[in-house]
Amino acid sequence: MASPLISNPEANSDRSRESKKKKRKKTANQNNQDHTKWKNRAEQQVYSSKLLEALRQVRRNQSPASGSSSEVPLRGRAVREAADRVLAVAAKGRTRWSRAILTNRLKMKLKKKKPRVAVTGNPRSKKHGVSILRLKEKRLPALQRRVHVLGRLVPGCRKLSFPDLLEEATDYIAALEMQVRAMTALTELLSVTGNGPGTEFSSNRPTPS
Amino acid sequence: MSSRRSRSRQSGNSRITDDQINDLVSKLQQLLPEIRDRRSDKVSAAKVLQETCNYIRSLHREVDDLSERLSELLATTDTNSAQAAIIRSLLM
Repeated sequence: MASPLISNPEANSDRSRESKKKKRKKTANQNNQDHTKWKNRAEQQVYSSKLLEALRQVRRNQSPASGSSSEVPLRGRAVREAADRVLAVAAKGRTRWSRAILTNRLKMKLKKKKPRVAVTGNPRSKKHGVSILRLKEKRLPALQRRVHVLGRLVPGCRKLSFPDLLEEATDYIAALEMQVRAMTALTELLSVTGNGPGTEFSSNRPTPS
Repeated sequence: MSSRRSRSRQSGNSRITDDQINDLVSKLQQLLPEIRDRRSDKVSAAKVLQETCNYIRSLHREVDDLSERLSELLATTDTNSAQAAIIRSLLM
């Protein structure tokens, strides 16, 4: 009911950025993935801010349980998972690897509660792990072996056809590069201004909870 | 890309043409910093695939390292000031 313009300037700019992205989506071919979106600077900055928000969440979830000193290696893993999750969300569900990352996360959460879970509600998810073809023959041609390895590296692409796999790998590499750039920039920002006087915004900004 | 997919389906999806493979491999080749800088056209497909795997693995390692550093930094830093810094860099 209340106008969101005043209270959330950041969300408004996000929405305007998203509308620009929608126009770009319409001009790009439907099937042809627009890999250059990962090189877009605005995309990287949106990713950085979303990642920071996700990391805040992670920290908040961890702090009530903390108290033991062996938290640092766990936190690195949590950061990696949050980064992957935000990256997968940024892909907007158009690639297999991003959907696989998100469904894997879901499957792991469900497995913690029950030992046997049949996750069948997702028509677009790739069900890998049901029957894993173990190609132990070393007489496979080098090309096929490498294709197999590549399929294992890109999440959710083990049984993909060769052209589809290469398409996914192309997008995945571009996304990973963006992830590295964004996290590097974030690290530099934090290491410089982490202890510096940057509190002029904090009192005015409404913290979204 | 859609036309290529329908063509392969018509042929029974068992045989992907060599041209297709070469096409895709050369596209992949453009992404890899190693091979792109060498400017050689005669890189075999297997080599490109291997470089791709290596590249993805090294990117994963970088992300892991950055995650570690970020986790340490976040433990000691106030996120409000961090967000302020990010917003400042966005506006500039």
